[in-house]
Amino acid sequence: MSFKSKVAGLPTPVKVLVWVLVAAFAYILPLLELPIISTPDSDFASVLFTVSIYCLVALGLNIVVGYAGLLDLGYVGFYAIGAYTVAILTSFHASWPLLLAIPVAVVVAMISGVILGAPTLRVRGDYLAIVTLGFGEIIRLVAVNTEWLGGSKGINNIGRPPNLGDPDKDGLFQVPHLFWGDGTVLVDTKDTTHFLIFGYADAVPYYWMGLTAVIVVLIADVLIKNSRVGRAWEATREDEDAAELMGVPTFKFKLLAFSTGAFVGGLAGALFASRQSFINPQSFLLLFSILYLAAVVVGGQGNRWGVLLGAGLVAYLPERFRGFEDFRVLAFGLALVLLATLRPEGVLPPRRTVRARQLEHELDELEEGSDGEEEARV
Amino acid sequence: MSERILSVENLTLRFGGLTALDEVSFHIEQGEILGLIGPNGAGKTTCFNAVTGVYRPTSGDILFQGRSIVGLKKHKITQQGIARTFQNIRLFPTMTALENVLVGADAQHSTGMFSALFRLPKHRREESQGHERAMELLRFMGIHRKADELAANMSYGDQRRLEIARAMATGPKLICLDEPAAGFNPAEKVELMELIRKVRDQGYTVLLIEHDMKLVMGVTDRIVVLEFGRKIAEGSPAEIRDNPAVIAAYLGVDEEDAS
Repeated sequence: MSFKSKVAGLPTPVKVLVWVLVAAFAYILPLLELPIISTPDSDFASVLFTVSIYCLVALGLNIVVGYAGLLDLGYVGFYAIGAYTVAILTSFHASWPLLLAIPVAVVVAMISGVILGAPTLRVRGDYLAIVTLGFGEIIRLVAVNTEWLGGSKGINNIGRPPNLGDPDKDGLFQVPHLFWGDGTVLVDTKDTTHFLIFGYADAVPYYWMGLTAVIVVLIADVLIKNSRVGRAWEATREDEDAAELMGVPTFKFKLLAFSTGAFVGGLAGALFASRQSFINPQSFLLLFSILYLAAVVVGGQGNRWGVLLGAGLVAYLPERFRGFEDFRVLAFGLALVLLATLRPEGVLPPRRTVRARQLEHELDELEEGSDGEEEARV
Repeated sequence: MSERILSVENLTLRFGGLTALDEVSFHIEQGEILGLIGPNGAGKTTCFNAVTGVYRPTSGDILFQGRSIVGLKKHKITQQGIARTFQNIRLFPTMTALENVLVGADAQHSTGMFSALFRLPKHRREESQGHERAMELLRFMGIHRKADELAANMSYGDQRRLEIARAMATGPKLICLDEPAAGFNPAEKVELMELIRKVRDQGYTVLLIEHDMKLVMGVTDRIVVLEFGRKIAEGSPAEIRDNPAVIAAYLGVDEEDAS
């Protein structure tokens, strides 16, 4: 809290500068090849790309689960729809350029969100969770059983983003990576990233693309949350009936949250498909829905910085500890259990839970006498 | 003055075999404070719920400003100008007091995703209007110093006041207060009575459910009495005080006397 108030107290130009520096650091992170945080057993840029996709997914799911309070266990369905739309349009049934296919993919994901939400958002809580769980599985099973969608073999040769500059001449310019020797830092001129060539080997340009998407979605998230729409979502989450009686068309706003979440999920899926260049139904297992939800809950649902951190942990930790072979899953599980025990509201809970918890038991004592009132209601 | 803002006509509401409201008719005139009283289980809150669209009447009609509001969605009824508070407080606990009132003020706004995303003039105008109105109402209720406090952390009395502020923010013509004085001590009740009068003086019409006879008698212009879902009396506070049916309902009568 004190950190947050300190940041908030800075003059605007300083704040802007701080954010620009943070963003710049995020962009050059894969070039620094920092010791300790770099992943020794897998390509660091690829891991960072995965982290950026998880961040995107977590931001989208946070709108649905954290803001609007709709428990969605089939989020991977929208992710799959985004990925399959791009795969079909750029490779399997047409050869559109990727930049044209991505807008179509997010719109298709959004429409599917409306189609799923319109009948199912009338049910609440656990029931909604079960319906969405079914949705995620249905999407995957349809993909497995439909030849038009590539069946279980999947789709390959998915379109790549357009290059800037000539790939044969190594792009517009080359950016060298750093090399950390024993106590010295060298510029490694042999290990360079070509700006901006989306090749197969170098994941850095994809990471930049993913990071850019995260930043855009993050800004949109801030703008929407601090408006009538964000307030309506929160009011619906807090008390749906009361919100409705205060003039909030709750169904409309729940549908809006659902389709906005689907939009972001579809975008993440489209970027993922483009990077992988190959997808099959195995890429969209139920497990991923659970992992995405874990990212949101571990980080602190309702807090955008919390869910980004959660997504980072869920995507990064298993890769960082890849060297432990099979034990890494165990370690990951242990880490989650520890987090759940020590920080049940998430690593970075939204301000409401921090402040609410301080006064929770105080309120409990005050409210002990009001139990009878509940029953007196006609 | 004598324009009818709300008329309830032959309102009947059944839940299976239970008749909660039986052919209840009454009306509220523009600018008055109408009290709705009755023993526990008489159907007062059910009546509120029918007016605000929570329950759909089995038969009968509810006219607001001359138009039927039966079957309208709850938020539509609120947008047309009927606001309410709840018997057991139902604020948005993890939102601040100001945000709670802003949600109410948003009932009259129409900023959507697009306006918010691109910060269009509409968003800015509605946002600044809403903030101004919300702060004004919090000041009116005397809780403006707690604007940034979470609703859950406010004292019981302040929560009740916040509920009234939130209801007023929706821009209503008729405010329905469901036992606003429940759990108040006598001093607070007197304060609340003043407040309800002040609300009326601002041009709102008030429908008040209350148990406390002293408060009801002191503040209302007319009173409607319900018992077992039926209207048993209607009139000025003085008439109600002397009405034998009302006295019987509240104090009970011996079996022989009743028959």
